[in-house]
Amino acid sequence: MNYDLIVIGGGPAGYVGAIRAAQLGKKVAVIERDRAGGTCLNWGCIPTKSLLRNAELYHTLSHRAAEFGFKFDNLSFDWSKIIGRSRGVSDKMAKGIEFLFKKNKIDYLRGEGTFKDAKTVVVKAADGKEETHTAGAVFIATGTATRALPDLPFNGSTVIGARHAMTLEKQPKRMAIMGAGAIGVEFAYFYNAFGTQVTLIEMLPRILPVEDEEISATLQKSFTKSGIKVLTGTKVEKTEVLPDGVRITAKDEKGATQTVEADVLLVAIGVTPVLPGGLEFKRDARGYLQTDDSYQTNVPGVYAGGDIIGPPWLAHVASWEAIQCIEGLFHGKKPRKVTVFPGCTYCQPQVASVGLTERAAKDKGIRYKVGKFPFLASGKAQAVGEGDGFVKILFGEEHGEVLGAHIVGPEATELIAEMGLAITLEATHEEIEATIHAHPTLAEAIHEATGAAFGQAIHI
Amino acid sequence: MAEITMPKLSDTMTEGTLVSWKKKAGDKVSSGDVIAEVETDKATMEMESFEDGVLAEIYIQEGQKVAVGEKIARVQGKGEAAAPAASGSDKAADKQPVPTAEKAAAQAGTNVAPATASGAQAFEAPAASPATSGDAPAGRRVKASPLARKTAASQSVNLSGLTGTGPGGRIIQRDVLGAAPSSGGQAATSPTLTAAAAAAPTPKPSTPAPVPPAPAKKPGLPQKETRVALSGMRKTIADRLLQSKTTIPHFYLHIEVDAEPMAKLRAEVNAAGEKEGIKISVNDFILKAVTKALTLVPKVNASFAGDSVVEFSSVNLAVAVAVDDGLITPVVRNAESKSLTEISLEVKDLAARARSKKLKPDEYQGGTFTVSNLGAYGIDRFDAIINPPQAAILSVGGIIKKPVVNKAGEIVAGQRIDLGLSCDHRVVDGALGAQYLAELRRLLEWPLLLLM
Repeated sequence: MNYDLIVIGGGPAGYVGAIRAAQLGKKVAVIERDRAGGTCLNWGCIPTKSLLRNAELYHTLSHRAAEFGFKFDNLSFDWSKIIGRSRGVSDKMAKGIEFLFKKNKIDYLRGEGTFKDAKTVVVKAADGKEETHTAGAVFIATGTATRALPDLPFNGSTVIGARHAMTLEKQPKRMAIMGAGAIGVEFAYFYNAFGTQVTLIEMLPRILPVEDEEISATLQKSFTKSGIKVLTGTKVEKTEVLPDGVRITAKDEKGATQTVEADVLLVAIGVTPVLPGGLEFKRDARGYLQTDDSYQTNVPGVYAGGDIIGPPWLAHVASWEAIQCIEGLFHGKKPRKVTVFPGCTYCQPQVASVGLTERAAKDKGIRYKVGKFPFLASGKAQAVGEGDGFVKILFGEEHGEVLGAHIVGPEATELIAEMGLAITLEATHEEIEATIHAHPTLAEAIHEATGAAFGQAIHI
Repeated sequence: MAEITMPKLSDTMTEGTLVSWKKKAGDKVSSGDVIAEVETDKATMEMESFEDGVLAEIYIQEGQKVAVGEKIARVQGKGEAAAPAASGSDKAADKQPVPTAEKAAAQAGTNVAPATASGAQAFEAPAASPATSGDAPAGRRVKASPLARKTAASQSVNLSGLTGTGPGGRIIQRDVLGAAPSSGGQAATSPTLTAAAAAAPTPKPSTPAPVPPAPAKKPGLPQKETRVALSGMRKTIADRLLQSKTTIPHFYLHIEVDAEPMAKLRAEVNAAGEKEGIKISVNDFILKAVTKALTLVPKVNASFAGDSVVEFSSVNLAVAVAVDDGLITPVVRNAESKSLTEISLEVKDLAARARSKKLKPDEYQGGTFTVSNLGAYGIDRFDAIINPPQAAILSVGGIIKKPVVNKAGEIVAGQRIDLGLSCDHRVVDGALGAQYLAELRRLLEWPLLLLM
């Protein structure tokens, strides 16, 4: 079959790009070797949010019941049902993507895609059958896989990656997590909430190293308070797989060595690109596809977007890139590359940010003003019993434009959208101040933080 | 209920910018009330309501450009129930407001002339370039981000000249930084001498307003381009002069006139009339002479109309005036019935209002002959492009002291002025043009005739 566009990979870049191309009247096929929806829907964003919801509920009931006036004699949970609910959500969502393919008359080809040449792709199904298809253009959206330690392969039981961490049949008693990025931090919160003894090990001096320093510090304090052992500035020197667990030897910044033993080691040190075979592409030092301003690889007619073209490995960025690429290809729009994007971590308290951190502003030599507002002073946060955390916004000193926003606290990941819009529209503090924020809401904290930067906050 | 549409305020107008609303949604309006200010390709004009009622809804935000005929607001008559805007046309055409002075049916759509300035007037520096803050004068709004506005204000960049590259063509900070004078790019609003294009040799840009010095180009530095969106006026100049130069068969005649008698008489008249405040410029003499010569050779005061030539009974004298970002040709109506002093005062007034963009359409439409004077800019002689649909334009150079041969055959110091006539050959042949210039010479060399 000849298509206008063949998409390899059905994740947030692939399926979104395919649907937009179909909306533009193009004949499109999507090749997927696993499940529609990619990592996000099946092994990332969605199933973990399901797990984290369970964790929040359980943590509230188990630790804060008295505060809310509940009493339980035998509060317990069913681990397999917790995992089962998460898988059910993913299944439902994946079916939704397949429905969208049908609705948009996209051919959904199950199997592994391999290039024969730049315009010809062979699809090998699970049963070994092969089909060959051609296309005017090919969009690679094959994404990434979890990266393992070089000398410590995943074994699915004691050494695992994120994918296993969300489907463990038995809840481990002790878990060590290597890497305190979003994935490591979310699983640390999840397992700790259910009573697993968690040790979070990060090589860099703080957890969530890409976030603003104050945010990291606040989250670290909260984690430590909730019983997670956080080892920052700590490098893993040696790992040993034992019959029923792992032993990790790590050294901190001062050179002190310590040993951590755990039933399971979750390795969350990053991802590695997954490439379709058959063609050689120009790649960067870490192996990600290099693309030009229109998302074209060095092979004419072959485009790429999403995780496979490098960081930030975020579903919302992947989808955005796919739309930029496809609209450039079929709609004559000039594609744009990612500059500003929100980053979210869904532990409790939640963390979300967009734009520059204070450190980045300093490094760039930008003069700025900071506005902060603690949720402690927010009526809504108090009412719902979530007074931890704060909103911190950076404004340009001269014109008052939003440079960056950092939130740690309740619903931070929902609140950040307003700040993203503000940056896109180049709003300044005046527009935010001039906007009435409903009362009582958590979003008032953004209004107040803005006022605070210019000495006009009411409630602090 | 009446839909108000963007009125056609001049014959060349295809779109207008809604500069500001004078009434808000919900305000009562009566027939004759000014409801908005609209900027056309020529001027900013007030728009009146023809309706009594309430301004129910405003569709167009300030600063937006709107095509002629597009709905801009809705007036609800007294007693009418509030209703959402009905799509489809109401009888908009007969209800649309018209500008205050748009009554004159332009006998010929006269607009922009390919010339710069009118003599003495041009010498007076036009009002300082418009507000350098982000917002253009009179609070006009353009589509720009708040940050772009503030940056523009601090960098003295005028937003109205910029092309936006943000979402939906919005001007964002990057666009402003690209246009800031400090960036080495051309200031977006730096006025240019548009006649340079019309006149033959490129005159040195002696624009009255300061022009940023061209940055010394160092080898190896990348070329920096600044794109400046066409203003309504620039677009009109571009369209009409291209049309003129490519569709009218131009030819050019020149004469050199002894300017001594005129200069002498001017000095005498101004000295004698000092107490009364009389101050006649060289250009005033020329305008008066041009008018009188047109009554003597009326075939030049004409227009080509496809299957006929229209000769006009009265002289509507268009005078090119340089304004910011272009030029405009206000018209002295029935100039043949006006004295030298009257013409002088009227041109002064028109030029001043042209620079502040306060001309009404009937004050720059309907000209039958144009005079363009670059003498004040140091130009000796040039050829101008005809201002269609007129049949000719006079290009006036500066008075030059030079050796001349007098009647006795001796070489003496003299004062001469060059006059060029660009003619539409479909209307004016060489001999007719020459006849006209001969009359003009006679009148200027015996200028007392102009006072009679």
